[in-house]
Amino acid sequence: MTETVDETTLVAALRDGDEAVFGQLVDQHTPSMLRVARGYVPSREIAEEVVQETWIALLKGIHKFEGRSSLRTWLFSVMINIAKARGIRERRDADAAMLAFTGGTVDPARFRTGDDPWPGHWREGEEPSPFPDTPEGSVLGNELVEVARSELGKLPERQRTVVTLRDMLGFDSADVCELLDITMANQRVLLHRGRAAVRHVLEDYLKDSS
Amino acid sequence: MSTGPMDCNELVELVTAYLDGSLDLDTRARFDTHLLECDGCENYLQQFRETVRTVGKIRDDELDPAFRNRLLDAFKNFR
Repeated sequence: MTETVDETTLVAALRDGDEAVFGQLVDQHTPSMLRVARGYVPSREIAEEVVQETWIALLKGIHKFEGRSSLRTWLFSVMINIAKARGIRERRDADAAMLAFTGGTVDPARFRTGDDPWPGHWREGEEPSPFPDTPEGSVLGNELVEVARSELGKLPERQRTVVTLRDMLGFDSADVCELLDITMANQRVLLHRGRAAVRHVLEDYLKDSS
Repeated sequence: MSTGPMDCNELVELVTAYLDGSLDLDTRARFDTHLLECDGCENYLQQFRETVRTVGKIRDDELDPAFRNRLLDAFKNFR
């Protein structure tokens, strides 16, 4: 997703108290902010409070906003800090376990074993097949998006946040590392595991529907 | 780090690093060489790209009008 509107103009309008512009920014960014905030706090209500605080922080800070980062990156970075402070959830041990776990993201049964002349290669009949082309708006295409959406919601929180920021919202990897205060390597592991899980359900869905 | 030919089960764990351009050049070369000879892995890479594309098409839910009004009220009160 790229910014199509000139942000300097928007920021100037906000400084002048332009309610229409505020409404437009709210419509553009609030749904994804809520989605990401929800990964830090225990309820939808608290996520809404976090997002509301973030907008107020923007209004308070708008006179100092220098446009060094995009407005969206600024909003997410402030929002994540507020959400972390409100996040009374215990650290999820499951996520730490996921990271420490070095097992594969593909069912090991799909690969040949040591007694085969080609250990580590796809077993016969287990080779992946290409996913079909799905033109914009096609029925199958829409179904796949729904399958992906549902799986995204089931991912462990940190994976879900990274996949959402990178693949759904289009933040680049440097931004994501900074927003979440994680290393590049850590981000890559979370992103890879999350993507692999979504790939897996898409593959199953396509197998079942063919 | 292995220097021999890459196996399929190694390749599938490196796809995100490959797509991000963050593999060291030797590993990248082993990855590319493996792809030339392995339809299964070529398809796996295609599936992964399609997965990323599909996730990119997920749209957020519509904003709850009541919450939107609360934010607009906060804006009015702030002024």
